[in-house]
Parts: sequence; structure tokens; C-alpha cells
Amino acid sequence: MDEKQYALNRELAQMLKGGVIMDVTTPEQAKIAEEAGACAVMALERIPADIRAAGGVSRMSDPAMINGIQEAVSIPVMAKCRIGHFVEAQVLEAIEIDYIDESEVLSPADDIFHIDKTRFKVPFVCGAKNLGEALRRINEGAAMIRTKGEPGTGDVVQAVSHMRMMNSAIAKITAMREDELFNEAKELQVPYNLVQYVHDNGKLPVVNFAAGGVATPADAALMMQLGADGVFVGSGIFKSGDPAKRAEAIVKAVTNYKDAKMIADLSKNLGEAMVGINKDEITLLMAERGI
Amino acid sequence: MVIGILAVQGAFIEHEEIFKKLGADTIQLRQKNDLDRHFDRLVLPGGESTVQGKLLKDLGMFNILKEKIENGMPVLGTCAGLILLAKSISNDTRAYFQTLPVTVKRNAYGRQLGSFHCDGEIKGLGTFPMEFIRAPYIENVASGVEVLAENNGKITAARYKNQLGLSFHPELCNDYRLHKMFMEM
Repeated sequence: MDEKQYALNRELAQMLKGGVIMDVTTPEQAKIAEEAGACAVMALERIPADIRAAGGVSRMSDPAMINGIQEAVSIPVMAKCRIGHFVEAQVLEAIEIDYIDESEVLSPADDIFHIDKTRFKVPFVCGAKNLGEALRRINEGAAMIRTKGEPGTGDVVQAVSHMRMMNSAIAKITAMREDELFNEAKELQVPYNLVQYVHDNGKLPVVNFAAGGVATPADAALMMQLGADGVFVGSGIFKSGDPAKRAEAIVKAVTNYKDAKMIADLSKNLGEAMVGINKDEITLLMAERGI
Repeated sequence: MVIGILAVQGAFIEHEEIFKKLGADTIQLRQKNDLDRHFDRLVLPGGESTVQGKLLKDLGMFNILKEKIENGMPVLGTCAGLILLAKSISNDTRAYFQTLPVTVKRNAYGRQLGSFHCDGEIKGLGTFPMEFIRAPYIENVASGVEVLAENNGKITAARYKNQLGLSFHPELCNDYRLHKMFMEM
């Protein structure tokens, strides 16, 4: 991937800002998501809550199923590959996916190495729970970052914690003397120029979305008020009682995330939210995969 | 001069930063109440046109903004913004403001792997850096529409009275001449 392509890939993420990216498993769900105002969809065979329930090994989705979703909607289509599984990524690039999520939601294929994303033309989004992880993924070629959160739980606590950790690390670097940045680069295990960028600009060099546990309009607005550029909603929509209505409400809550009165109205009569499990009740912490 | 920037979804902050550098005041238009505030010009940014179009209608902003455009308020639409302005979309049954008498094709260069950068010529400005991101182009224009740029035979910039529509994203480059041109429209 040359510099110009990387710029185009970062810029596509910029176009998604202020929007909601929704997990979908069928063309019908993709259409519901698009009609509800999703700015992109994530095509996957099972949403994280079901992956969690099923256990076993979770892999890239069937390309035929992804093709079906690509044909059903006009908005960007993303899909997940396993951490380090560069052939799954090659396959997703071959079917012209708009964005690849190298995702801890699937079973990792490599317990040390992430994909060298600079070798691809197609853009990648990666999860991160702190600034070091985010900058390491960016150094590997990620054009977009999202918090890991804890997928498939409907519990927003981890996404909040990851966003706050990232924000406070950015604030700390912004306040540093220039001669302290060399050591910070060493601590974070990232190149100096990325630390310098954060120091000079007070933000990541790519768009940063919230993901992992968002289930309600208020959850989405919470992540936006904490500084997210946009929101991924995985299990939260199609595991709820009235997916179309909840999806629409979350989209509007992201647009008007500071308007509590509107969020109150949007939160009314949404039906059953996904049941949710909290992180102390689960044995598998997906956020610990790929650091 | 106050520039109202549609801020329901997409890359609106990028426009805002450029207009501020050029000395204009800006306001973000996120909901109906924001339209009561004073602004002289309107910007429709890049993003997803399906999302922006839906939110414009659901949030009660659509008719008010359409009327402002029809009454002559200068408007700049980039990428998704161009789609919102277009009279019709050749590969989509949806249509939005329909104030700019052109037909556009959505995602005309294909998916993200078809996105590209090039330098193109803009009438009256010369060479300009252009970012095309899952971009539309203009397939045909009605009489009275001035074609400002073409790339490989496809129209990528056009002006009609108070409306300026672009397939590409001047808000993503460091060249502010199009923004200046819009402020003088």
C-alpha cells in the first residue's frame, strides 16, 4: 500500500464519522441496517453474542454470504478476519470488501504477529484497549481504530474503560516535553514519529470508533461524549426486541449525542434490550486477544 | 459570514476547520432547532448520503433546508452532498433535495478499491488535487449547468446558480481555493 492509498483508506474512515456501523448476518438484516441509517455494515456469520455462546473456533465468514450482503446494500461493507490470518485478509480483499476488521472477536490465528497491513490495498480497522495497542496497529498499517470493549456482552464498561485509557494517555503525551517523547515511544513500543504526531495533534492519526458492548442509545451517546468518532454496534441491535427501531434510535443518538432530551425520547419504548452478561460472568475476555 | 455545515453524519469537521482558517464563522446543523440560527451559506459534507438523507427527513430539517436552497442560499455539496443536491440518481431510486438539475451515479468508481487520487483541472482555478472516495460522478447536466471539471470524460464538478456540487473532497487537501470560491459565490 503506497502513501496515497493509505491516505484514501484513512479518508474513507473520516467519511464514516458521526455514524453507526452495524453487525449483520444476512442480506435482510443488512437492508434493515441501511434503512435505519447505518453508515456501514459488518458482515459476519454470527454476531459476537452467538460466537460467545457457541464457543469453538470462530473464523472468517463464507465469501458467498458476504457477497450477498454486498449486493443487498449501497453503503460500505466490512468483514472480519482472524488476527494474524493474512490469507483470510487476502480473500476479503479479493472479494473487494470495503474494510477489513482484523478482529479479536474471531479466534486468533497467530498468537504473536498481527497482519502486515501495509501489504494490502484494502483498508483495515483494528481493536485497541489502550494507546500503545492503537499505535502499534497503526504502525502495522491500520487506517482506523476502534476500542475493543468486550464484544457480545451488551456491557459497555470495557469500551468506556478503553476509551478513557486512550484519552488519558493522549492527554499525557500532549503535555509532555519534546525530550520525553523518545522514552514514551520506547514504553509504548511504537515508532517515535507516531508519538510525536499524538503530541503535536492531541489525537490519533486515524479515526477512532467505539465498539464492544454498546446496546442502547444512551450507551452510544456516552461513547460519543467520551470522544469517539462514531460507534460500532454488534450484538446490541439484532439481539434486541425491535432491531429496526433500536437501530434508528442509536443512529439519531450518535448524531445528537449531547441532546439529553432527544436521547430521552429516543430511549422510549424500544422494547427489550439484549439481555447482556457482565464481564465477571464470562470466562473468555476477547479484549485480551492480540495486544 | 456564517456558514452552516450539515453535521448529522460524515466529514463536517474538515470543512469547518478550513472555513475557520479562511476567517468565516461556522455553525453545525444537527437538528431542526439549529436551523433557527442565522447562517448565510450551507455546506453538505461527505459521508453516507443514505444516512444524511434519512436524518434530514427524520429530524425535520429537510423542507427548511430545501426552501433555503431554492430561495438562493449558496450551497456547497461534496460527494454525499452532491448526491443530496442532485435531481436524480441513475442507480438508486432515492432522491433528496433535487435542486441541482444533474443526474449522478452513486459509487460510480466501485467499492473502496476503486477510490483514487488525481490532479484535475478546474475551470477558472487550474490544477487541483482531487480525492475520490467511493465517489459519485455526474452523468449528465441540464442546460444552464456549468461544468467546472471533468476527469476521464466524467463530470466531477458543476455549478448551477447558487449551487456548487463536487464528486471529490476539497476538504481533505490543503488547497482552499474551492472553499474561497464558494465564499465568494
